[in-house]
Amino acid sequence: MAARKTAAKKPKSAKKKTVDLSDLKARNAQMDALTLEMIREAAKRVHSDILKHAKPDLTFPVRSLKNVSYSGKQGFFEIGKQKKVRTLTVNTVKSFAQTLRMMGLSKELVENNDFATKRDAYYQSKNWDEARFDEQTESDTVMDDIEALFSVRNLSREQLRFIPDEHGGAVAGRLIVLDPDRDTGEVERIDCTRFGSGAYSIPSTVEQLSFETDAKFILAIETGGVFQRLQSHKYWQTADCILVSLAGVPTRSTRRFIRKLSDDCKIPVYAFVDCDPYGISNIYRTLKVGSGNAAHLSQFFCVPQARYLGVTPQDIVDYRLPTHPLADVDIKRAKDALKNDPFFKAHKPWQKAIEQLLKMGVRAEQQALAKWGLNYVIDEYLPRKLEQRAQFLP
Amino acid sequence: MVTRRGDLMPDQEAFAFAAAAREAKPRARKPRAATKPKSPAAKRPREPKAAAAPEPRARPTAVDLAKRQRDISVSEFFAKNRHLLGFDNPSKALLTTVKEGVDNALDACEEAGILPDVRVEIRELSETRYSVAIEDNGPGIVRAQIPKIFGSLLYGSKFHRLRQSRGQQGIGISAAGMYGLLTTGKPISIKTRTDPKKPAHHLELVIDTKRNEPRIKLDETCEWEKPRGTRVEIELEAAYRGGQHSVDAYIRQISLANPHAQITYVPPKAEEHGAEHVFPRVTDEVPPETREIKPHPYGIELGVLMQMFRDTKARNVSSCLQGDFSRISSRTAGEICKRAKIAVTRRPSEVTREEAEKLHQAILATKIMAPALDCIAPIGGELIERALRAEVKADFYASISRRACVYRGNPFLIEVGIAYGGSLPAEEPVTVYRFANRVPLQYQQGACAITKAVASTDWKAYELQHPKGAVPVGAMLIMVHMASVWVPFTSESKEAIAHYPEIIREMRLAIQECGRQMAIFIRRRKREAEEAKKRAFIEKYIPQVAIGLQQILGLSDPDRDVIVSNLTLVLERSRSN
Repeated sequence: MAARKTAAKKPKSAKKKTVDLSDLKARNAQMDALTLEMIREAAKRVHSDILKHAKPDLTFPVRSLKNVSYSGKQGFFEIGKQKKVRTLTVNTVKSFAQTLRMMGLSKELVENNDFATKRDAYYQSKNWDEARFDEQTESDTVMDDIEALFSVRNLSREQLRFIPDEHGGAVAGRLIVLDPDRDTGEVERIDCTRFGSGAYSIPSTVEQLSFETDAKFILAIETGGVFQRLQSHKYWQTADCILVSLAGVPTRSTRRFIRKLSDDCKIPVYAFVDCDPYGISNIYRTLKVGSGNAAHLSQFFCVPQARYLGVTPQDIVDYRLPTHPLADVDIKRAKDALKNDPFFKAHKPWQKAIEQLLKMGVRAEQQALAKWGLNYVIDEYLPRKLEQRAQFLP
Repeated sequence: MVTRRGDLMPDQEAFAFAAAAREAKPRARKPRAATKPKSPAAKRPREPKAAAAPEPRARPTAVDLAKRQRDISVSEFFAKNRHLLGFDNPSKALLTTVKEGVDNALDACEEAGILPDVRVEIRELSETRYSVAIEDNGPGIVRAQIPKIFGSLLYGSKFHRLRQSRGQQGIGISAAGMYGLLTTGKPISIKTRTDPKKPAHHLELVIDTKRNEPRIKLDETCEWEKPRGTRVEIELEAAYRGGQHSVDAYIRQISLANPHAQITYVPPKAEEHGAEHVFPRVTDEVPPETREIKPHPYGIELGVLMQMFRDTKARNVSSCLQGDFSRISSRTAGEICKRAKIAVTRRPSEVTREEAEKLHQAILATKIMAPALDCIAPIGGELIERALRAEVKADFYASISRRACVYRGNPFLIEVGIAYGGSLPAEEPVTVYRFANRVPLQYQQGACAITKAVASTDWKAYELQHPKGAVPVGAMLIMVHMASVWVPFTSESKEAIAHYPEIIREMRLAIQECGRQMAIFIRRRKREAEEAKKRAFIEKYIPQVAIGLQQILGLSDPDRDVIVSNLTLVLERSRSN
């Protein structure tokens, strides 16, 4: 029934419409001004130190899981108070110069309303004579440092106009994405029901997007295989939902997209991943609270409202799923999660679940459900799980 | 030098020979015994019987038999035991031949007080056949002596003298000549002149292997541009190879250990590779002649001590101790006897085992002067360094010649030279040159005390990489020389020094002293490189800092230049403190 409603809207969406972007533009202009201001401020401090014949320094938050805290209230990883001070000395003069040149590049990009991917930035540096980078990993590190430096004022890498090279996941379902042209403001209405057997691909920046949807929930799926199955059987129609493929550990833009969609449209997010330590502690954890070494921006790039639908360790028992034994790396990862990961340490049900998994010594993939028939996942598993949402893991 | 070797080395060789000869006899007999049994299967059980049965009958002819066997045993022995003499394989045969020739030449020159000028020529006749010529400027050889020196192996009067040489294999040049004869059928050729006023003699000899006597093939007087000296030429089956066992390596090392000698080396195919290599002498002093010494009492074994008491001509213990040992005065002898509670007047032959043991312990408990040092001729630290400088292109050299020490009553002395950096390969294990009494040791590196001493030194403290239990890795060449009246080799082949703790300790101390000096050099160089790198860093990257700031803050060019000069000043100031 709900499906018919959306279908009725369709003709309207075919006509192109221009939205007033002044709001968005004003907000962007404000952010840009802040970005420029911050870059200038940092440079000014360095400059004045130099004029005083003092050794200038730059202070960065330490980026590592050790310097991360988690509180259930906030719902995401937060970077701690540890700072590293990079004082300009003979040994640091190179990376100091590179940091400043990278900030200069960012300023230029903001001023010209342009952007650069990580790789673009690396190649840009080839013009910097002695300050050029030899490897992209070096430029990525400097970029992450700058990002962390500015994250104290809630600036993300995207606002610095650096975007990741990787593209986001795929989307299908009862959703219309409104994507305004950066210059004209002309809005492209993208109907995610109309990709046939294909899907909408999440762009690398999602801040400008807005959404229209009547879906009841978002289903974030780990593997392309299961996504493909649900998509080709139009599961989004039967279940009234939006399907998002994570394709492994979700990229920043995928996380941001799900977060924005969920926030803007007030719909819940359910994760459907493999039942193994990787699926739980890497894919789901990163989706929900952010990644350890980019904790400075988890605030934006995570989905705290996400809940874990399955496959749970208990599902292995309940659905008598075929399993594989846990490999040594799996066991290590699971133990590490229990011991060191602030997220799992804060959630009792998760500790129980992981311990159960370790005790069973096995893992099961999403696709293991195919044992009971190829469409068992659509006909039985998901509907049954969705009836007991209270039992989803946090 | 000659005397000390002459006194002590031949025993080992004689032993080797005796053992080999003993081994050769039954071999000669075997074929006979084997002819009797019809089937090979039946041979084994019958053999003892077959050997025992003819004995009573053969007894009268045993003398003749023994004589005959002896006559053929020379070539028999030689053919079967080449490896004992250093002719294991064609490439080692070439090396041994060169070694024997060069050792002879150096010895002859030194004995006559002449600065050696030795020329080594190797010519390739075919892939497996070479001709080796060694020419010196020594005193020459009197015509009558020539056949004896070069033409007989076991019975020659010169044989002992030749073994007294620094020769590694000790068997002498005649063995090389015999090897040549056996493998090519060509005689050994000798040209020699003792006096510029007299003509040179040219002889060609073969060894009559049956009689073990020289047979002269050619005997003539001839013209020679050399006023004095000897040239020996041998044609032999051989192989010319590179590497650490090569003739090239030998020549290089012998010149390092004999800085008073000039060595000219003409390798095979010299015309292709560009003529001869000259290793010039770096000093004009012939090493002092060393004298024979008596054993030092420290380290003498009880059994040997008892034997000495039995054999001595002295009438009492005191004079035996004084006369048969070095460094024992009558006072020291008295002290020893007092400590052992044995009368100084006691007849040595009446000393019981228990008393000998007491004396033995008393000797160890008594302070006795270290053995005289003039029995050892070190190369000398300064000369080692000069030789290294002439031979190896490096950035740093260090050397040390330690004081003489004693192991088992034998004085010995360790010398070490180090060359570091320059053209030496930095990523490979260091080169270790081992010497015993100025003779390079090229085989059995792993079994040698020198290798042990080098590997067990902590090279990490001296700024080299050091894999555990191996020689260090780095741009270093280290030479270790042990000079002693008696170098303890691990076997008769004299290729590795035995692991005496006293010796290894001395080696290590010497190595450490050089290592410390080298480490100071390496650290200083590292520091300088670091400084230079820092300076380069400052010059390279400060402008980039300034450009970055200029870009962000929109500074003028003069403003930017102020940044550069300020920052340079700040960093240079911090660099110096």
